[in-house]
Amino acid sequence: MSTATGVRESGPRAPGSGERLAVLTEGLTKSYGDRQAVTRLDLAVPAGRTFGFLGPNGAGKSTTIGMLCTLLRPTGGRALVAGYDVRREPHEVRRRIGLVFQESTLDGDLTAMETLRFHADLFGIPRRRALDAIMDMLELVELVERRHTPVRTFSGGMRRRLEIARGLLHTPRVLFLDEPTTGLDPQTRAAIWAYLGRLREERDVTVFLTTHQLEEAEHCDRIAIMDEGALVVDGTPAALKAVVGSDVVTLRTADDTAAVRAVAEHLGLEATTGEDGIRVRVADGAAWVPRLCAALPVTVHSVTVTPPTLDDVFLHYTGRTIREADSEATVFPGRPIPRR
Amino acid sequence: MTDLRTSALPQDADADEAAEATKAAEATRAAEAADSGARRGRVAADLRAVRVLWQREVIRFARNRLRIAMSVIMPMMFLLVFGTGLNAAVPAEQAAFRDFRAFFFPGVLLMAVQAPAMAAGASIVWDRQAGFLRQLLVAPVSRPPLLTGICLGGATAGLGYAVPVLCLGGLVGVPYRPELLLVLLELALIAFAFTSLGVLVAVCAGRPETFQIVMGLCMMPLLFLSGAVFPASGLPGWLGTVVRVNPLTYAVDALRRTLPGQGVSGLGGRAAGPEWWGWTPPVVAEIGCVAVLAVAALSVATYRFSRGE
Ligand SMILES: Nc1ncnc2c1ncn2[C@@H]1O[C@H](COP(=O)(O)OP(=O)(O)OP(=O)(O)O)[C@@H](O)[C@H]1O
Ligand SMILES: [Mg+2]
Repeated sequence: MSTATGVRESGPRAPGSGERLAVLTEGLTKSYGDRQAVTRLDLAVPAGRTFGFLGPNGAGKSTTIGMLCTLLRPTGGRALVAGYDVRREPHEVRRRIGLVFQESTLDGDLTAMETLRFHADLFGIPRRRALDAIMDMLELVELVERRHTPVRTFSGGMRRRLEIARGLLHTPRVLFLDEPTTGLDPQTRAAIWAYLGRLREERDVTVFLTTHQLEEAEHCDRIAIMDEGALVVDGTPAALKAVVGSDVVTLRTADDTAAVRAVAEHLGLEATTGEDGIRVRVADGAAWVPRLCAALPVTVHSVTVTPPTLDDVFLHYTGRTIREADSEATVFPGRPIPRR
Repeated sequence: MTDLRTSALPQDADADEAAEATKAAEATRAAEAADSGARRGRVAADLRAVRVLWQREVIRFARNRLRIAMSVIMPMMFLLVFGTGLNAAVPAEQAAFRDFRAFFFPGVLLMAVQAPAMAAGASIVWDRQAGFLRQLLVAPVSRPPLLTGICLGGATAGLGYAVPVLCLGGLVGVPYRPELLLVLLELALIAFAFTSLGVLVAVCAGRPETFQIVMGLCMMPLLFLSGAVFPASGLPGWLGTVVRVNPLTYAVDALRRTLPGQGVSGLGGRAAGPEWWGWTPPVVAEIGCVAVLAVAALSVATYRFSRGE
């Protein structure tokens, strides 16, 4: 069986680059009655990468994960996960994936130890090895001392950590995480991200996660943005930001109105006023700073150059105008506002 | 299978395609050889799944102290308060009703196994929403063992609740004799049937509210029209028909006939069991009915469950 697996798992390749693919979907569709939750989704996720799936509420992220994890039957198209078709060989897919749901799926009556032991049993991990793996996982998520207390008594963050440990216990090829870090404190969040990074390097695990947190998406090798069931754009965070292209230069001046007029007259650039001064969108913002200062007839108190954030990308692609992006996203320059 | 792999391959793959093809052929042969082994592995995996779910139900049963206490107190209250009250209310000259408590005893046993068995069904509806079951559905096990494990767990829990009640038998004149072991077996089967029914309703209901309503509507009439609480053999017309098609009728009657001691089957012959066109089915047939019902309910539930969304 292992030989067969080896061949199969090297199966799907990305056209052109020949990269191994962990997830491949073609025209994947799911409708509930007449409402389309996911519409003709084409995704290619290279193996061994961290893939971030972004989108506002109701975009269809969880539905997509449900289909990829064989829990929901697609109404159209097909999907390969770890080289197996989710519809025709769900068993083989399930053997190779780990899943952490958006909502908690723990049984409060069981202890952390029992939760993990049952999981190991379901995956047929031999007793001795299971015990080692369980202790490793508990150590990783720092729940060793609490391993014999019922999960009912755990805090939200502890439950989340336990669920992540469970998702990883059987060393899946592809790990699906539906909003894994919601409700976690910054330290735990950072620890989990560090671990996910290590996992990718050491064990070649593909991580497929959804998030609302744009800062988190920056950690991903590739991201895809989804809106209203359809894929809007995908690529590396850097490439997506390059598409938006322009930096935001923010200048605090003595007279904003005069400054805006001067920028338009002398440099032909459109500037907007905001609470923190005037804002100008230009490619290569740093190079523009001397020219901007020279062109302004008023005193300049400070200048800030902000590179495009994923939030800009998000707004750019989800159909909202750049003007809106200006007023919403750059109120706190450099700190993207998570959209809920 | 093959078309999948080729269609997923890049169009421009050339030299290593041939190599991959030979490798694939080898793999196919290896896979065929490993096939029987895989099937054995599948059975082992299914058995493991049954065990995991059974263990979980038993753990929940054992860990819920309040429920254990309630499950012992409730039947005792029924037996002592209700039974004794009725005994006292009935005039002394109507001797038949003197041993109402003994008559009531099988019914109390039935109630004892019913509660945890139903709880197992309820746990399915909650789990489906709250997730434990969803998590199981992503594990590489087939669907049937999941439900079987839950039903076995419910049956074990039901049995656990029934044992203390059975120990109270002495109070109503049930002698402690080896036949009680047979009674235990019957109770296990009845608990299994209850759980299967609960699981079936749970799988069909979808929402916890629906489950609760359906169970509430069904259980009371079924219990009252089974001869567990009052003799049901003489009921007229359609009520008699309900009694005759009610699976609980057979469960109660089987228990009543298996329990040792005179008092239980008493009430002066009024507590006669069901008849099929003038023929009284033996205990084995009654137990058979319950078993068939259990298996049928579990099969339908498994079918509905496996179909998925
Ligand atoms: N069982 C269902 N029946 C009907 N519609 C559904 C069902 N599940 C999801 N939907 C619809 O499908 C769409 C996508 O939902 P989904 O849960 O995939 O969104 P999401 O991207 O995960 O959102 P969130 O960020 O809020 O988790 C929504 O419009 C939702 O109403
Ligand atoms: Mg979601």
